[in-house]
Amino acid sequence: MNAPVIWLGIPVLAALGLWAIRSEKWTAIIGGSLALVLSFLAIAIPIDQAILIGNLSIRISPVYEILGRKFILTSSNQLVLVMIYGIVSFWFFGSGVSRISHRLVPLGLLITALLLGSLAVDPFLYAALLIEMAVLIAIPMLTPPDQKPGRGVIRFLIFQTLAMPFILLSGFLLSGVEASPADINLVIQAAFLLGIGFAFLLAVFPFYAWIPMISEESPIYAVGFVLMIFPTIGMLFGLSFLDRYTFLRESRQLYEILRIIGMLTLVTAGIWAMFQRHIGRIMGYATIIGTSLSILAISLPSTTTAIGLVFLLIVPRALGLGVWSLALTIMQKQVPSLLFGDLKGQARNLPFVGAAIVGAALSLSGIVPFVGFPIQFSLWNNLGEVSVPFGMWFGLGMLGLVISSLRTLAVLVMSPEKTPWQSIETWTERILLGIGVVALVLFGIFPQWTQIVLANLPSVFEHLGK
Amino acid sequence: MSESILWIGVSICFVTTITLLLVRDWRITLSLLAVQYIGMFLLVLSHWPLGMSAAKLITGWMSVAILVMTQSGFPTFTYQESSWPEGRSFRLFIAALVIIAVASFAPSLLVWLPGIALPVAYGGLFLVGMGLLQLGITIQPLRVTIGLLTILCGFEILYASIENSVLVAALLSVVNLGLALVGAYLITAEDSVHQFEEIE
Repeated sequence: MNAPVIWLGIPVLAALGLWAIRSEKWTAIIGGSLALVLSFLAIAIPIDQAILIGNLSIRISPVYEILGRKFILTSSNQLVLVMIYGIVSFWFFGSGVSRISHRLVPLGLLITALLLGSLAVDPFLYAALLIEMAVLIAIPMLTPPDQKPGRGVIRFLIFQTLAMPFILLSGFLLSGVEASPADINLVIQAAFLLGIGFAFLLAVFPFYAWIPMISEESPIYAVGFVLMIFPTIGMLFGLSFLDRYTFLRESRQLYEILRIIGMLTLVTAGIWAMFQRHIGRIMGYATIIGTSLSILAISLPSTTTAIGLVFLLIVPRALGLGVWSLALTIMQKQVPSLLFGDLKGQARNLPFVGAAIVGAALSLSGIVPFVGFPIQFSLWNNLGEVSVPFGMWFGLGMLGLVISSLRTLAVLVMSPEKTPWQSIETWTERILLGIGVVALVLFGIFPQWTQIVLANLPSVFEHLGK
Repeated sequence: MSESILWIGVSICFVTTITLLLVRDWRITLSLLAVQYIGMFLLVLSHWPLGMSAAKLITGWMSVAILVMTQSGFPTFTYQESSWPEGRSFRLFIAALVIIAVASFAPSLLVWLPGIALPVAYGGLFLVGMGLLQLGITIQPLRVTIGLLTILCGFEILYASIENSVLVAALLSVVNLGLALVGAYLITAEDSVHQFEEIE
């Protein structure tokens, strides 16, 4: 038995098996439970160490070989597995309520396995190909068979596909740079291709237009899943480049470029978010801002702080997006569209949904007492120490998202006087949303809880975490 | 490998992609795409053994077959080009711009990717450029799929000169086939909505 078979092979097989289940509810329960079990196994089973069960000694090998290449999952990857499968299980359980589990769970498991495989494959450049496969699998998830494919999905396919050739070519050039680091032209060429590749992959300015588009056109719960998992893995993949190539890690210019790109993405997305009238699009812009925060975190001068913040930003974003997309899915069943005009006063009918939407939006905006606050405040503080103007721009970008969150709140509670408060959500919906909102607040009040779980995550990287 | 064969490959790519940009009929379009893979095969052959190059050709043809089978299920529907501009002369003009850009950039690619032959650089870059052009002027699923397959075709020609791993070739083939399947899915979704609207 080896680790890649357990955490990459089993989900793929399970995904194929889950197609056979017709019940939405059972697909969600089985898929969610499997992801949860895989998450617990990543905590419980040590990789590459002997485990004694009675007289039986078992050792989980970290390597799986295929066609002369390897998939390697070492003990340093275990916390990533715990985190990703934990988040995915939360998403799968929620998909039962949103009634898209029959598509989301099997495809989601395949996507998760491929994306985690992209972090495990050696040589790691092959990751770009696995990410592309995950993108292709995400298309049916984002486009139901009875719905005309929108511009957002088409752009998602185009931009993510374009990322692959750039990253693969840059990998070849980077190996040349390793051999002759003094060749400045080669360094510039490699960095240019790498930059373009990651700009497409992570959807940074100006390649993020597809995110608000799919947030408007596609099933919002599936969109939330895609917007959670792709940027998270893309960011870890990007960090692995920094970790491997010394000249990238030690380049001051790279960090300055990252800071400028991150800030451009943050400010433009923040300003656009302020003027949106579609609540799904606001969620899309919040995701873009989430990615920009991670890029800004990477650009900090202390790599230890940077990596810590990148990992700590994952939990608030996943939690916020999960709660937000679940709430919007429930809301969609009751209203003709997610435009502000159709949402007026809906908090009076759907108070749990309203609280979840506003809570998630404020959390992703970094407002007290939600989970986004402590980490974003720390990032703001660190960025302000690097450059005061950057700190001010950061505040401006986040202000855009705060304003759009407050507009959302105003629209949701805006109704004629004496309109009675009632709750038409089902008990399952109330419980799931309630847990989500409580988690958003509790992790905000006790941020050290996430830090305990994530404390060892930077050890995933050999050089950056030190 | 004889350079004249490489230039034949470049010519095939050149003619097919320019015609792809101009014709609207899906039968001709997909036939041209199939021919384009022959050009790719000839160019890849300069760096890869016959078996691996043939695998690329077969994969390309399988992708085309997937698209043909899907599109033939919707014979009555004809695409209306809604994007601006629609004129053929304009398309030829921007294709000419791509040719100029490729002609100016291809020699410098020989420095970036040592060992690559000039015709291979021309062929690969030309396909990438024309694929991007396709993507820039339409959002129809079939056209977008063809555009992406053309870009991948060009990229694979260039990448074959620096990477000869069997696993990479296999993964790229999977990506090509996956792209064709996704294109087929999107075509089906769009056309079934059209048919439903027509029935209503």
